[in-house]
Amino acid sequence: MPDARNGAMQKAEHEMVVCNACRYCEAYCPVFQAMEQRVTFTPGDLTYLANLCHNCGECLYACQYAPPHEFNIDVPRTLSMLRVESYETVAWPSFAGIAFRRPWAATSLALVVSVVLVSGAARPLSGAAQTFQVRNANFYSVIPHHVMVIIFGVVGLFTVAAIAIGHRRFTRLADPKGPRRSGDGSRYGGSVPHGRAVRDVLSLKHLHATGEDCVDGEEQRRPWRRWLHHCTFYGFALCFASTTVAAFYHLVFGWIAPYAYTSVPVVLGTAGGVGLLVGPAGLLALDRRRDPDLTDASERSLGGAFLAMLLLTSVTGLVLLVLRERPYMPTLLVIHLVVVLAFFITVPYGKFVHGIYRSAALLKFRRECV
Amino acid sequence: MSANYDVAVLGGGNAALCAALTAAERGARVIVLERAPRAFRGGNSRHTRNLRCMHLAPTDGLTDVYAEDEFMADLLRVTGGATDETLARLMIRASADAPHRMRRFGVRFQPSLRGTLHLGRTNAFFLGGGKALMNSAYAAAGRLGVRVEYDAEVVGLSIRDGRFESAEVRMPGGNTAVTARAVVLAAGGFESNLEWLAEIWGDAASNFIIRGTPYNTGTVLRLMLDAGAEPVGDPSQCHAVAIDARAPKFDGGIVTRLDSVPLGIVVNKHGDRFYDEGEDYWPKRYAIWGRLVAQQPDQIAYSIVDAKAIGRFMPSVFPPIVATTIRELASAVGVPTGTLTATIERFNSAVRPGTFNHQALDDCRTEGLVPNKTHWAQRLDTPPFHAYPLRPGITFTYLGVKVDDHARVHMKGGIAENIFAAGEIMAGNILGRGYVAGVGMTIGTVFGEIAGRESCNSSRTGGQHA
Repeated sequence: MPDARNGAMQKAEHEMVVCNACRYCEAYCPVFQAMEQRVTFTPGDLTYLANLCHNCGECLYACQYAPPHEFNIDVPRTLSMLRVESYETVAWPSFAGIAFRRPWAATSLALVVSVVLVSGAARPLSGAAQTFQVRNANFYSVIPHHVMVIIFGVVGLFTVAAIAIGHRRFTRLADPKGPRRSGDGSRYGGSVPHGRAVRDVLSLKHLHATGEDCVDGEEQRRPWRRWLHHCTFYGFALCFASTTVAAFYHLVFGWIAPYAYTSVPVVLGTAGGVGLLVGPAGLLALDRRRDPDLTDASERSLGGAFLAMLLLTSVTGLVLLVLRERPYMPTLLVIHLVVVLAFFITVPYGKFVHGIYRSAALLKFRRECV
Repeated sequence: MSANYDVAVLGGGNAALCAALTAAERGARVIVLERAPRAFRGGNSRHTRNLRCMHLAPTDGLTDVYAEDEFMADLLRVTGGATDETLARLMIRASADAPHRMRRFGVRFQPSLRGTLHLGRTNAFFLGGGKALMNSAYAAAGRLGVRVEYDAEVVGLSIRDGRFESAEVRMPGGNTAVTARAVVLAAGGFESNLEWLAEIWGDAASNFIIRGTPYNTGTVLRLMLDAGAEPVGDPSQCHAVAIDARAPKFDGGIVTRLDSVPLGIVVNKHGDRFYDEGEDYWPKRYAIWGRLVAQQPDQIAYSIVDAKAIGRFMPSVFPPIVATTIRELASAVGVPTGTLTATIERFNSAVRPGTFNHQALDDCRTEGLVPNKTHWAQRLDTPPFHAYPLRPGITFTYLGVKVDDHARVHMKGGIAENIFAAGEIMAGNILGRGYVAGVGMTIGTVFGEIAGRESCNSSRTGGQHA
């Protein structure tokens, strides 16, 4: 669909030219501060600006040229359209980028693949053995540890590679000649402000950059979007930490799961699971009330599919945890593993990548502007 | 609509909302009649960005000090004395706390700018600009129970013995009479009334572009003048700047301005220069260029720069007309090739050597030309050459109604007891001519507040001032 892509790129360029002649929004966020450093806008510049945008919406409501004005400026929506297109552009392998256009179909496909892989690996148990294993919540009796490691290891390594290559393609697109520093225009050579960029990312600084929260609708400033994103992000981080600690237990100490409810992996995983329950559910609910003019439909459905998978992961994980000593444990385990595996398959081809490119854009902003 | 209001506010910009909010906060039942649809509410305030404030110490939004006398001196300078000094000083003193007072209605200001406008000392900038300001004000109006009617055009005023009784309002559902104990006139000037403009400037008016709202047709102003309100301000003047000729007829706002003039030359449709492009810094000169272009044949002119200037002025929203030779440029622009070539040759040979400095009144000038270019004169010799067409862009008109220090309107028979005015409709009291950035919003804010307070008092006492 080269026409649609040029459409978003051209619209973004037109809007940035108007915005750059106006500049009333310059105190809102880095998009406008980065814009002011440019006179013309290449596709790379626009990709950078699109990924710098947190889609808060202040600039739409403040815009004297917003529709129905004939200039038809809707920066949050245009940049959201361009953002999703940029995910597709830099995806690796390139053909897989089509997933960004059909997020629900891609998620369904990943679930099918995952069902095949996990059910193929699951071991049918006889009645007596099953009763014994279930009583001990022994997941590895359902799928042996080494099989789990192989399946998740291969998918995990592929995911990391796909994301790394996507990141490299993104930075090449946004910075064709390498990182640039503000002021003298020279190529970047000094110390890299990673620390400040990391703080911007972890605190979602630009969802409350002015000291007040950003909007969900005209003059409706509420912290929910930021807090729910924190629940989601830190919930995910805690689940990841839980798995890492568990792997450490297994490989270093030889402590074999299941772990007690008060153990570090279970506490981390439970806390993370609750975060991944509250965050995605809240964000999905918020999205239904959000002004549709703020976000392109492509990004809304991308976000919807991603949040649904996160929610499914936490729900199946928490149910498994509570019922791990009940007879249907093997079924629950298989369901949970199917969801988790499908989630990892979709990671490089879904909303997850926004975190990678947003972080890269924020680092670039810190290099150039501050 | 038949409900009885204490205060009817005619208009929906900053002055109108300042009046409505101030009155509502004091318990008055207020109705705002905004002629525009909701999407274009806010009059010309939606295109503004800041207001000028005196201050005796730096604040979070303003640097250094800007004292009353300096503000007054600025006002006297730009108006050439066409100002009511009592009202002006009243406004200046009240401006000191204006941002603070506006904040209670949710209005937000941005930190002082390091940007290109050099106004961080004198002007407080609305975070996000004037439309964001108006969004905050309308949201506050909702919280305070102010009734707001959009698409509500006042077409008649019932005034008897100098007292306002009701307004006839044309709305989508038909005409309605709105009665109120007091009225605040805050409906702007007449700059978007093309017929009215043609009465003053003749055919030239058809080539004017209106930078702001198409809804400032001066209906309320005309009704008041017909009802015997005393006029103030020069009826034959408007504030006009030179803007890109390709701007929309209305509502183009800030982005249609063009900052390239001091970096090159400006010619009319015959290819002749007509004024010193380098007389002073552009922010101090752009206002006179509206009139200068209006005086040229067909009210059109062309700013021409060469490659040396590109990147030195704020990017324009419309693309330049580009050519590699002056002859090509002349035919692309549509001015006589011979004249333009001769004009540029004469200009180039008149340029004296100097050290170009865009940030200062430098020593790059011409000698022996009529008119000379006194600063930033560089030869136009480096292709590509860029041209931008210019037309007069009208910002506001000066004609208004005379008010006293309670914002009460002077009628022929004396001071009206329950008729108040704020904003552009009475700005001529303070700004009889000229302009200084952000003062329109200061007038609107301060007199809006006064009109809100006094109209509320008037509605309680029946207009009998003790």
